[in-house]
Amino acid sequence: MNGPHDLGGMQGLGAIPIEENEPVFHSEWEAKVFAMSFATFSTFFPVDETRHAAERIPAGEYLSASYYERWLAALELLLTEHGWLTPAEIEDRITHLRQTES
Amino acid sequence: MTTHHHRPESEIALRVKAIESLLVEKGIVDPAALDTIIEHYEHQVGPHVGAQIVAKAWVDPDFKRRLLADGTGAIAELGLTGFSSEHMIVVENTATVHNLIVCTLCSCYPWAILGLPPTWYKSLAYRSRAVIEPRSVLAEFGLVLPDTVEVRVWDSNADLRYLVLPERPDGTDGLSEEALAALVTRNAMIGTAKVQPPSAPTPIAA
Repeated sequence: MNGPHDLGGMQGLGAIPIEENEPVFHSEWEAKVFAMSFATFSTFFPVDETRHAAERIPAGEYLSASYYERWLAALELLLTEHGWLTPAEIEDRITHLRQTES
Repeated sequence: MTTHHHRPESEIALRVKAIESLLVEKGIVDPAALDTIIEHYEHQVGPHVGAQIVAKAWVDPDFKRRLLADGTGAIAELGLTGFSSEHMIVVENTATVHNLIVCTLCSCYPWAILGLPPTWYKSLAYRSRAVIEPRSVLAEFGLVLPDTVEVRVWDSNADLRYLVLPERPDGTDGLSEEALAALVTRNAMIGTAKVQPPSAPTPIAA
């Protein structure tokens, strides 16, 4: 299926970002997004559905987001579409955490 | 390198924390299971697994033949099959053919054999350019190939993953399988590098 993910042959995306001695994850949130995705796609969603969710990210967002931001967007999409979480619950929890952490 | 996030890092971290706390509360994910997954991919699997396969192929011609004919079966013989590496094709680099692996659509990669892919493998630049200008991509990795060497690019997909069997470097005749495995790098198994010969011992000052 065509979409922003179908990048083969696209031009103008710059130099290869090569990082020496790169860690597996660059932050705790990246590790958590990976682990939550792994835990749910091996239990609640087929892995192909996870890929399809990433491919449904709007083009502008897809092309500007980092790799694990795309995973996060896909995870949120699936969790809310399947009714495990609602967007309002997520926003409320963010507000709550911001208040308790500040 | 720069990883550009379109939202501030702290905002993303907070969002992830919110989702995690909700999933844990609802019993959808187990925090111990998350730690186990992270530990596995940070410390258990990685290029050292693929390096064992390469070194075995270098010392055992019958294994090499089976590996190139049926990557999935030969890797299973060693008990190294795992998630995201269920169907494998192994391609051999020679003096006249150089293979390069990419996933243009996302980041398909043999996790059980090489660990999680590096950022460059998942980057938009690598995914777009590897299939149209592989030689200039390789040059960015410091690998300049003569025009007489054919470059073959393999585009991975959800069900089929690739591994490059790099050329065994000169000067390694007497090395054990373990010592050979120690020379094999991740990039050599993706095709963005060659395996370098062991560094020459420092001459003793006479």
